[in-house]
Amino acid sequence: MDFEFIFTYIPTYIEAAKLTIKIGACGIAGAFVVGIICSLIIELKIPVLRQLVQIYIELSRNTPLLIQLFFLYFGLPKVGIVLSSKACGVIGLIFLGGSYMAEGFRTGIENVPKIQRESAYSLGMTKKQTFWKIVMPQAVATSVPVFCANVIFLLKETSVFSAVALADLMYVTKDLIGLYYKTDEALMMLVVSYLVILLPISLVSSWIERRVRYAGFGNTGSV
Amino acid sequence: MQDSGIQVLFDGINFFRLLEGLWASIRIAFTSMLFSVVLGLFLGMVMTGKNKAIRFVCRVYLEVVRIMPQLVLLFLVYFGAAKHFGIDISGEMAAVLVFTFWGTAEMGDLVRSALISIPKHQYESGYSLGFSKIQLYLHIILPQTFRRLLPSAVSLLTRMVKTTSLVVLIGVVEVVKVGKQIIDASRFENPKAAIWVYGAIFLLYFAVCYPISKLSTVLEKRLKD
Repeated sequence: MDFEFIFTYIPTYIEAAKLTIKIGACGIAGAFVVGIICSLIIELKIPVLRQLVQIYIELSRNTPLLIQLFFLYFGLPKVGIVLSSKACGVIGLIFLGGSYMAEGFRTGIENVPKIQRESAYSLGMTKKQTFWKIVMPQAVATSVPVFCANVIFLLKETSVFSAVALADLMYVTKDLIGLYYKTDEALMMLVVSYLVILLPISLVSSWIERRVRYAGFGNTGSV
Repeated sequence: MQDSGIQVLFDGINFFRLLEGLWASIRIAFTSMLFSVVLGLFLGMVMTGKNKAIRFVCRVYLEVVRIMPQLVLLFLVYFGAAKHFGIDISGEMAAVLVFTFWGTAEMGDLVRSALISIPKHQYESGYSLGFSKIQLYLHIILPQTFRRLLPSAVSLLTRMVKTTSLVVLIGVVEVVKVGKQIIDASRFENPKAAIWVYGAIFLLYFAVCYPISKLSTVLEKRLKD
């Protein structure tokens, strides 16, 4: 193990990690927004839009991110839409993540026990009040663990960005292996970088998961 | 009419070649899935055991797999193994190894949660009827576990198929690689080939994964107890 080599290239890895995090954060934030909008469209049963959203969800959940990126990056320029690799990364991540977030959120809404709505109606709340004041808060709480899992999943998926020439961690690693044949050092730094990014998120998410458990309050026995 | 370039898909045996490439990916996915199911069943049973040390090791294994991107694992095996053990494993072999390593963890966790969801009285009744441990698992626990496991295992299969798209990055000739070859070969006579080829690959993946995930949803509804 050549530690001098490692120290020389730590800044390169930090740069790459920053890029991964930046694109990951933009993509996840976008996916979150798209997910909420899509799940609301399905939940509120808006005609036409609902069918479109369902098609989108099926398309995005049943195809790999890599292929989506290739289509965006190599395919679309042929019809005049040229995107930078960063834009491709963010759009790809939003396209993929949006459906996962939407599904997670929809399940959250579905899992709110029927009795909660019925009680709200019988207390004289309107449909709108029930949805925003009773169903939503519980749905948000129960879907938090799914969101956390999705955040980790999406950050992991960013590892394919090197395929569209984004200088992320994988890209740097492949570069160093190719240039200097320092396979061990490069691979070790790669693993460490992903650990540094993902381990804290994983720990925080299991902490959050424990915090929001009380949300299962309406579901008897499954807390 | 302007030349749209879609004919690139039907030139010669191009479409057939794409399908052949897709078959390579699917072969990897199904082989790994097969190993993962077998090993995952064992892992799941081990994880529900009482030994704390073994449970800790399993926990670490699961966390590693959960945190590391599959592509990183692929790189580790593909580039690392060649250097350290002096073996030049093929990309396909590395892929099967890595996806089995990953799939076993996922499958093990599914088996574990299915096993602990079986009520305790099932075990106790079995024992009190004089079943041995092996009989108990074979005739009582596993059949019930199976029902709970099947939908999530099927959906793991779709994830496996989707993840196999990564193997192009370690040089396995599969559908994306074949697509690139077709695009490069028709660069001059058909500059718009890329959008059609990648579009076709996108839809091919969808055509494979969609029925499997639908199957998973149907099973989930059907087997609900």
